Amino acid sequence: MTDSKSKTLQAKRKAEVTAPAEQTRPGPTFIPAVDIVETDQEVTVLADMPGVGTKDINIDLRDDMLTLVGNAASPEGENELDVFREYLTGKYARQFTLSHEIDQSKIGAEMKDGVLRLKLPKLEAAKPRKITVKVG
Amino acid sequence: MILRSVINWPTRGWRSPFDELERIQREMDWLSEGLTGRPSTEFSAGVFPLVNVTEDKDNYYVRAELPGIKADKVDMSVTGNSLSIAGERKITPENGDYHRREREEGKFSRIISFPMQIDQSKVEAQASDGILTVVLPKSETEKPRQIAVKAA
Repeated sequence: MTDSKSKTLQAKRKAEVTAPAEQTRPGPTFIPAVDIVETDQEVTVLADMPGVGTKDINIDLRDDMLTLVGNAASPEGENELDVFREYLTGKYARQFTLSHEIDQSKIGAEMKDGVLRLKLPKLEAAKPRKITVKVG
Repeated sequence: MILRSVINWPTRGWRSPFDELERIQREMDWLSEGLTGRPSTEFSAGVFPLVNVTEDKDNYYVRAELPGIKADKVDMSVTGNSLSIAGERKITPENGDYHRREREEGKFSRIISFPMQIDQSKVEAQASDGILTVVLPKSETEKPRQIAVKAA
């Protein structure tokens, strides 16, 4: 379908991380869907992490490696019994290598309705400068 | 008669050839469950949003992962023994150059049926951290009643 207005959302099973090393905590680890947008000033990362609260998210930027980890606690109460289960809950984890130099002191993160918005401002030195070419 | 007894051999019925396939599938599922420690094939209607339904003595609980969707943007209605959830996820386009675009937008609607009547007046819904939780109290008239046995 090309018309985005009439598009219907498709049910998708969350993709699981297949890492060579096992997680220390048992349970599944999912790959969150992300949008990454770049402007001259900053790189914005948007990640869908339903069930992850502001306190449960861990963002780490070391050298060029950005790591996002979110823990979604199981929302079920103690006395509830499964009738049927279509999705699993667990951890979210994803890593990116950033190609731009990021000003680590100005990183801003916001968690809203299960969506993480991460702003990574570029360093002054990494921002593009207009170079005018003189006609000789 | 002879033919029939041959087909029925050894003990399992042969009403449908798929019975046997289903049995094999169940056994394979059971085997892989033993290996991974959780259900291999989650039951799924394949309709967005995927839901987890749980119950306790008094209520049914329906949970769905709807990241980025405000609770008041989801239309919910209850009729008799079914719950319908509908809505639309809209993603405001960002300014700039997209490197990745994996998050999807679009409309959705789904109906979930329960084996019992729902007390429509007491249904509650709330959303937090992108998870929608709907609590549907079971109708009083259909709840099991304790029967006291009188000593003779």
